[in-house]
Amino acid sequence: MSMPKLLAEGILRTPLTELPPAAGDAELAELAARLDAGARRRLGRSLSIRQVDAGSCNGCELEIHALSNPFYDLERFGLRFVASPRHADVLLVTGPVTLNMREALERTYAATPAPKWVVAAGDCAAGDGLFCGGYACAGGVADVLPVDLHIKGCPPDPTALLKGLLALLADASAKPAR
Amino acid sequence: MTRLADLTTRGRSVRAHRPWPRTVIDAAVWRAATRRLTAGELALLGLWGEPGQVHMALLDEAAGRVAVLSLDCPDGHYPSVSAHHAPAGRLERALCDLTGLKARGAPDPRAWLDHGRWTLRHPLGAPVPAAGAAQPYVFLPAEGESLHQIAVGPVHAGTIEPGHFRFTANGETVVRLEARLGYAHRGLLARMAGADLATAARLAARASGDSTVAYGYAFARAAEAALKVEAPPRAVWLRALMAELERLANHLGDIGAICNDAAFLMMHAHCAVLREAALRANSATFGHRLMMDRIVPGGVTSDLAPDGASVLRALVGTVRERLPVLTALYDDTASLQDRTVGTGVVSTELVRRFAAGGFVGRASGRDFDTRRALRYPPYDRLEFQTPVRTEGDVNARVWIRIDEVSQSLGLVEQILERLPGGPVRRDLPAGSGEGLALVEGFRGDVLAWLRLDRGRVARAWLRDPSWFQWPLVEAAVEGDIVADFPLANKSFNCAYAGSDL
Ligand code: SF4
Repeated sequence: MSMPKLLAEGILRTPLTELPPAAGDAELAELAARLDAGARRRLGRSLSIRQVDAGSCNGCELEIHALSNPFYDLERFGLRFVASPRHADVLLVTGPVTLNMREALERTYAATPAPKWVVAAGDCAAGDGLFCGGYACAGGVADVLPVDLHIKGCPPDPTALLKGLLALLADASAKPAR
Repeated sequence: MTRLADLTTRGRSVRAHRPWPRTVIDAAVWRAATRRLTAGELALLGLWGEPGQVHMALLDEAAGRVAVLSLDCPDGHYPSVSAHHAPAGRLERALCDLTGLKARGAPDPRAWLDHGRWTLRHPLGAPVPAAGAAQPYVFLPAEGESLHQIAVGPVHAGTIEPGHFRFTANGETVVRLEARLGYAHRGLLARMAGADLATAARLAARASGDSTVAYGYAFARAAEAALKVEAPPRAVWLRALMAELERLANHLGDIGAICNDAAFLMMHAHCAVLREAALRANSATFGHRLMMDRIVPGGVTSDLAPDGASVLRALVGTVRERLPVLTALYDDTASLQDRTVGTGVVSTELVRRFAAGGFVGRASGRDFDTRRALRYPPYDRLEFQTPVRTEGDVNARVWIRIDEVSQSLGLVEQILERLPGGPVRRDLPAGSGEGLALVEGFRGDVLAWLRLDRGRVARAWLRDPSWFQWPLVEAAVEGDIVADFPLANKSFNCAYAGSDL
């Protein structure tokens, strides 16, 4: 099949995208306590995400990658990955924050303009993975940065990630963002 | 007498080590083994330590034999291997960071995993509390006029693992690249020491998420070797099924990702759809998209779901139908070929010297595959080919992966066809012993070694194929333009977490 044929097929075929999952209740509750309505209005329905691997096994990254495939198609929700923390609203952090990565994570956070949110994805980032504690890890992300949302799982599957990130978009409350 | 047997008979054999011999030898035999590595007669599989002793795993490729040599080092030193055989370099540096044992005469004394930030020094040796203040790291110098340096990482622009790359460039051209890793060091091996087998297996499954099956597989085989037991036949076949599914998903994802790094997004999108189909089939069949924690010492934790075989056959059908379309697209797109052909070349001589496994070795003419060379079951009863090319560029690595996808599809079908019945897991005795295993992950040979003491892990060591591939990335980009680095690097896709542990 030639490239034009493939392109035509892509136009004629029905889309592969899944119906959006409803934002998870637990995520909503966690966010309700944190998200600032004013900031939400300023951002519109759009958030830029900077992913930081703070010592993950890369299982979490694989599922974060999957968010961009045509099934989940993160960008249709106004969520997109950006290359620099200076362009980001959200830091999506994975891993048990190794001591070798701690400073790089802190500097990435410092380089992210306010208002900003931190999402800790995966059990390691949540502080209850197998690696937390010990001579080489700081613990969970919350031991290093203020965390607004935890998305659990080892790794969290794309639906769980999507639910969490949609909750970040959908919910609004009066508490100030950082 | 083989080239290995003549070394292993010159010392005291450790009876509890299986299936291959481990021999405690003296410094003269250690040096003799090093000379054989230098001469290319043997390949280095691993180098690790524990308090008072260093171990070197060796492979006689032609004979398909493996052996471990151990050297006591009561004064904390052993003769450097890397002084004569460069592939040992980073392993010696990591060994020193973890155990405190020093390679006498080593050309590069810099720390590797220990950035000076841990709360302990020598966590696997005689641990001493550390201040946790970062140490400055001196990169290797490059001399010449109008050179400049570019520092990248450990946080990268894309969603990838943490590592630092230091380029020295002359205009656009890379004069030297040096990687600095260790950012993903979580202290995995220290966690394993003293753990029960179930916990240790979960740790092994998290060495590198994309190779969770391969690590679980290698660890389980090493534990079973140590305990002198075998997994039930059905489990043996299911493990290979999972290993092929893991290879399939990774290759599909990476073929697209490589094209993405050459700015050809369409290929990326199509490959991502196939990868997602594979992960969904894994989930439907084994209950986890990456099949994490499915392989454990004693067998596997989940049998095929009732409709698993038909789900997997449908997957094979889908990939078989789509793959030729995508390979034709890859092959027919001149602008893409322009980026991948002739970029990131590694010579046959270099992959041989480093004994680089997987598609990296096979794209540069090293015909090595543990599934064939060591013929662990059920691969001794399956038909498949190992594709080999000699160009050693990005394009060759892409083609090896495309060909391996086809081979894996065939293997999945054969396994489904011939899957024996019966239980999938057995109880394990709380025994003692030592075991070594090598299995073929999607990157190449994953090594697991352990010592069990009445059912608990006393010591363990895992070696990712990337240890012998990372240095080749550095060699491959020399003389290329800086802008080609992401593409070349992706075509290797070496593990960070898997090497850092
Ligand atoms: S949560 Fe699981 S998948 Fe994610 S980094 Fe930790 S071990 Fe890996």
